[in-house]
Amino acid sequence: MVKKMSSYVEDFPILKQKVNDEPLVYLDNAATTQKPRAVVDAITNYYYHDNANVHRGVHTLAERATEAFEAVRTKAAHFINAPSKDEIIYTKGTTEGLNWIAASYGQTHVKAGDEIVISYMEHHSNLVPWQQLAKKTGAKLKYIELQADGQLDIESAQRQITDKTAIVSLTHASNVLGVVNPISEIAKIAHQHGAIMVADGAQSTPHMKIDVQALGVDFFAFSGHKLMAPTGIGILWGKSELLDDMPPLEFGGEMIDWVQLQETTFKKSPWKFEGGTQNIAGVVGLGAAIDYLEQIGMDNIQKHEQEVINAVLPELQQITGLTIYGPQEAQKRTGVISFNLDKLHPHDVATALDMEGIAVRAGHHCAQPLMEYLNVSATARASFYLYNTLEDGKRLVEGIKATKEFFKNGTI
Amino acid sequence: MALSKLENLYRQMILEHATHPHHHGVLDKADQDIELRNPTCGDVLQLQIELKGGKVADIAFSGSGCTISQASASMMTDEVIGKTPEQIAKMVVAFSEMVTGDEPDDVDEILGDAAILAGVAQFPARIKCATLAWKAVYQATKTDDKKATLGFLHHDE
Repeated sequence: MVKKMSSYVEDFPILKQKVNDEPLVYLDNAATTQKPRAVVDAITNYYYHDNANVHRGVHTLAERATEAFEAVRTKAAHFINAPSKDEIIYTKGTTEGLNWIAASYGQTHVKAGDEIVISYMEHHSNLVPWQQLAKKTGAKLKYIELQADGQLDIESAQRQITDKTAIVSLTHASNVLGVVNPISEIAKIAHQHGAIMVADGAQSTPHMKIDVQALGVDFFAFSGHKLMAPTGIGILWGKSELLDDMPPLEFGGEMIDWVQLQETTFKKSPWKFEGGTQNIAGVVGLGAAIDYLEQIGMDNIQKHEQEVINAVLPELQQITGLTIYGPQEAQKRTGVISFNLDKLHPHDVATALDMEGIAVRAGHHCAQPLMEYLNVSATARASFYLYNTLEDGKRLVEGIKATKEFFKNGTI
Repeated sequence: MALSKLENLYRQMILEHATHPHHHGVLDKADQDIELRNPTCGDVLQLQIELKGGKVADIAFSGSGCTISQASASMMTDEVIGKTPEQIAKMVVAFSEMVTGDEPDDVDEILGDAAILAGVAQFPARIKCATLAWKAVYQATKTDDKKATLGFLHHDE
């Protein structure tokens, strides 16, 4: 018997509070998610009972810590259907994962005249590393256009990806537009031209079943904190034939095989990338978060979020003067809704909603080129997760209506 | 009703300044021209100043931003006309202290109408919105290297 989705709220003590005298409605999940007791307890238990450094020392605690640390690697591999746990690299988050691909694979494989192809909807973390790589190597950075409703333009992808393309990197799900990109389709195009395919999974992995093999990608990165794990832990997955070839980026303890005065050999992947003492408690927390999500079921999570969006989107569309960015059909969307109220700046909207206990984000969402593409300076954004209820959706709709009424003459 | 608290921030005079900002536009001739961005939200402010006899003779701003940043810029332009760079530096310090929750002496006298933005102190996430225009006027009018005293401007960066 599956627990009723709404009952999962009980697992999150932080959600049981009032903000500005109103019950909190947390709708900033695309920025970071709240942590269930199971995750916080796992970290506490680790520090109370098992804390030691991993991969060294023969004592019992070191053995326990190492076992827990490596068990999560296997768990993470299953979570995204990676062929091997040895392809799972611990990072501090998606940003680090993408930077490492650019710095290690990119610096050794991309040369002057090559092309790197991304899209207009990328988060800065899937844009700036490639821009830097292009500058350093003399490669050209190209952008795939979007359709009028914010979906990726496949024909533009076909035009932009050529035999000169070395790397295609796309976000799997947009942190602004609420769209999911057809990664497997783009990966096929990339591979036909001899390019590798990278997917930024920061906004997709928390909300849907991920299968890196079905996606057909070569690298996939995601963050723990967006799927209920602590901040400072993430995963970079890469195909072993690529990882084995890539130079490590951080040298020091943990990642070495044998150090002599003038020469050092490194461990094999993934350990050669994990220099220094790792975020062991974060890894333990990530393991607990994956357990928590899998016990609910990624398909159930996706279904629940879809139900909430199905209910809230038409209500929002009824509000005169409210612009919603991205596709207008609920079934084409994830739980991310970016919007603006006519004649109001999103900061003012976010402050007003905060006074009603509703947490949304306002700003450029680390996607300034996308804001320019949409011809806006900023947007407000509500983003839902499995603990958000239909009632939360109603509170958002009412909150936006009240905000509109408060500023009825507009302010800009 | 929770929105009633908003009236502490969005006072009528602030809304009026935001809707009908003073000195909004560009100058024909400017001695100082500066563009500042708020990197966390993408807001941008262009400020132009004409100086005569060591004082601000005319000023204009443009760009995009929220109610608080636009109202603050509008009020700032009203208050700095006719002032010397030294007087402006004092005003900027007083403004910065006021919106971060200090209560500087004679704030009404130093800042004039802009003292109404004191309510921003209750909304810490909005301090940067309020200070952008004041940072700009400070940088545009400073006459020497005052980096040593700039610390107060970086409180929110």
